[in-house]
Amino acid sequence: MPFTNEQLERYSRHIILKEVGIKGQKKLLNAKVLIIGAGGLGAPAALYLAAAGVGTIGIADADEVDLSNLQRQVIHTTADLGKAKVKSAAETMTAINPDVKVNTYRTFVTSQNIMNLIAGYDFILDGTDNFPAKFLINDACVMAKKPFSHAGIIRFRGQLMTYVPGQGPCYRCVFKNPPPKDAVPTCKQAGVIGAMGGVIGSLQAMEAIKYIIGQGKLLTGRLLTYDALKMEFHTIKLPRDEHCAVCSAHPTITKLIDYEQAECDMKK
Amino acid sequence: MMILTVAGKKKNYPERLTLPALIEQEAVENPDYVTVTINDAFVERGDFAQTILKDGDTVEFLYFMGGGTV
Repeated sequence: MPFTNEQLERYSRHIILKEVGIKGQKKLLNAKVLIIGAGGLGAPAALYLAAAGVGTIGIADADEVDLSNLQRQVIHTTADLGKAKVKSAAETMTAINPDVKVNTYRTFVTSQNIMNLIAGYDFILDGTDNFPAKFLINDACVMAKKPFSHAGIIRFRGQLMTYVPGQGPCYRCVFKNPPPKDAVPTCKQAGVIGAMGGVIGSLQAMEAIKYIIGQGKLLTGRLLTYDALKMEFHTIKLPRDEHCAVCSAHPTITKLIDYEQAECDMKK
Repeated sequence: MMILTVAGKKKNYPERLTLPALIEQEAVENPDYVTVTINDAFVERGDFAQTILKDGDTVEFLYFMGGGTV
């Protein structure tokens, strides 16, 4: 379908880029991205992907908007308190860009639902806050051969990496197994500077866009870390683990696992 | 003395430094759960104690980071 005049204007700053152009913008409009977690990372990512004209955006989260979210989850406003995060996020995204079709999934991801959730999407963005979900997303994406962006944030630090099937290590190659409950602090326990979600979530959106338009070098085989206090970005080269339990030639994990969630995260 | 690149920074260290000693010296957070690469290869946790660093090695620490929603 040709672009309308309105679309030509809306996406003009994209279309003028030789790396995007009409062709790239069409790819974005035809793309389907699933964001798991409408929080600190998912909120900025969802805003930029909607604004960029990613045609179908799925958003999964079981929570409601809480006052303590608003310090960083910029897709929700004070008027949204108590509302389902996916509903609030969907309203903001469609308000920014009516071209975007938003699919909402008011659920946490589990071993039971994740394969169905990711099935229809081209790229998955992990915006979750806990390790059981991060390992579940990794394993499901490896098994379903879906590319995804991992990210984590805490205090003044953040990190991200991109998994593309057959093109480098998965999250489990690097981190093996979730840490025991409460061994590693969560944002709720340790705090996080709000703008960190903006930096790292926007970088996740950037990876999704680059993957869709097929331009540039993704963070495959690399972990990008950001230290806001030192104001330093650092890239760490990641090898593949030939004996990785999930992505190696002879995986020992062939079924999805629901790891136990830290209790402090379960309670609202 | 020998030169190591640790977390992207070149610094002098005493020779025959072990990996656990470096982890302590660098005040690595949650050392029981850190992933380590030396010269872009993972070091198995079971091999930490007997890993002795050599002049010119590049060492990286990879930390668990949750964050996102809640």
